[in-house]
Amino acid sequence: MSISTSIWVWIAALLTLMVYSFLYKDNPFYRLAEHIFMGLSLGYTLTILWYNYIIPRVYEPLFLPPHQWSLIFPILLGLMTFGIFSKKYNWLIKYPLAFYVGGYAGLRIPLLLQSWIIRQVEASFLTPDKFTSVYSSINAILIFVGLVTTLIYFYFSKKREHGFGAAANVGIIFIMVAFGAAFGYTVMARISLLIGRMQFLIQEWLGIM
Amino acid sequence: MIFLLILSFSISAKDTPDDAGGSITINAYNIPEGTQRILLYRLAGGDTIYEEVGLISIFKGEYDDASVVDGMEYLYRGKAITEDRAYVAEIKEYISSSPEWFNKSRTSVLLLLILFWVVVLIYIQLAKKNPEGLFIRRLPPLEAMDEAVGRATEMGKPVLYVPGIEYITDAGTLASITILEMVGKKVAEYDTRIINPHFDPIVMTIAQETLKTAFSEAGRPDAFNKDDVFYLTSEQFGFAAGVDGIMHREKPGAIFLQGYFYAESLILAETGYSIGAIQIAGTNATTQLPFFVAACDYVLLGEEMFAASAYISREPRLLGSIKGADLVKSALLILIGAGVIFGTIAFIADNAGNPTYMEIFNKILEFLARAAS
Repeated sequence: MSISTSIWVWIAALLTLMVYSFLYKDNPFYRLAEHIFMGLSLGYTLTILWYNYIIPRVYEPLFLPPHQWSLIFPILLGLMTFGIFSKKYNWLIKYPLAFYVGGYAGLRIPLLLQSWIIRQVEASFLTPDKFTSVYSSINAILIFVGLVTTLIYFYFSKKREHGFGAAANVGIIFIMVAFGAAFGYTVMARISLLIGRMQFLIQEWLGIM
Repeated sequence: MIFLLILSFSISAKDTPDDAGGSITINAYNIPEGTQRILLYRLAGGDTIYEEVGLISIFKGEYDDASVVDGMEYLYRGKAITEDRAYVAEIKEYISSSPEWFNKSRTSVLLLLILFWVVVLIYIQLAKKNPEGLFIRRLPPLEAMDEAVGRATEMGKPVLYVPGIEYITDAGTLASITILEMVGKKVAEYDTRIINPHFDPIVMTIAQETLKTAFSEAGRPDAFNKDDVFYLTSEQFGFAAGVDGIMHREKPGAIFLQGYFYAESLILAETGYSIGAIQIAGTNATTQLPFFVAACDYVLLGEEMFAASAYISREPRLLGSIKGADLVKSALLILIGAGVIFGTIAFIADNAGNPTYMEIFNKILEFLARAAS
């Protein structure tokens, strides 16, 4: 056993223990770690914004040759966001927000339509090559039934009566099975994170293994 | 090594079609037998020496030079190397790249979008004429919101509303703001406190205005405390730690987790569960829904969030888009059903010696695959 002599390992180990102390109950050690974490993350975010965005994307292209004067327009649009601090000019924020939301929607919707809807439709067609074995046949039928009933579950403008309600109930079963699988998968991933932290405490900090 | 200009081996270059510029596609033809690699050289306008840019694929006979500058002119030279000699080919005219305004490979997506847009516009007009005429089914989590705020009031505890950790551009965050307005009205009516921490300053600003309006509409503008709507941090787990701390110190009676969440979803929902708060979650992040389903009392699943905002507001534009989306779902179901029936008929006909239907079916599949790629 050789305990680490690095001050950074000690700080990391103590902060890890402070955070885990929350498992017992809320306490001053957890609060200290929480406030250090939040303060550091805020400072880190500001530094990243300054060095990765303001300097290379605003200051350098605008003030260093070759000057990109066209950037003044998006910068002005961004500056309009600060109108929110003024009672008189707080309406200015509507313009950058409208540009931001509209532009983003325009970029995202075609991509989502392509990757989520068209690809799903394409994958749902039951072609002969999907029935090459018993396993693949069951798989193809399950995906087809699951897709149709899940889509029916997400119908909002029709009352759930008769067969429609039954199909929606089958849909929710498929949804819950998918959720269960995703839950189990993520719990495994979280356990691996816990193992990583334990390895750090035992190996790097305490030097036991 | 001997360099020979052989007529049969040639290359061509063209501005890569349907792209955002910055790319020239080079094709090689009549690649000599036994070629081990094809080196590609480029001469930029004004330069005198060719520089090596990459290798043309022997199998595809193609190379996408994505390191060019739009508007600058280039010449290309290909060198096919076999075991004992090298064959050289080059283009004679300068070529340059430029961006295209229209990506033709996405025409099918555009057509679908136009179709969807027309359907939604029609339903928005119908909703404007008769908003009560458009039925939207009851959503249990919405009914529970009243109960949750009432419970927090009875217990003398505040309500905590977390709008997720996405920006205002996310549809889930926008839906969350509509739900916040409804919760804000209830909170004002019941004279309870609402705590609203934020990940993004712009969302925070909008939430402040939304809650201020909600309190005013409920006839309690004086009860609104601007300081209860605050910015925490834009770091994911820093935000989660902060919200967890608030949950433990303030002990809210009701927690609303509405918006887009990432890996912090389970941390937040578990902490909320541990303090015994009634929790109503909603997210369009499909990967996080399982955790909310496991740890919360009520959950709005994905699209239900958007339907909820339409249900609450009865806003014609939202009602119209929900109705339009339902119609598109019907169209997709019909398309999939027709595809299955047609595919089966094509398969039977193909086995009986008539391949025509199968050829048509394969063309439809190819079209869909192209549109999805």
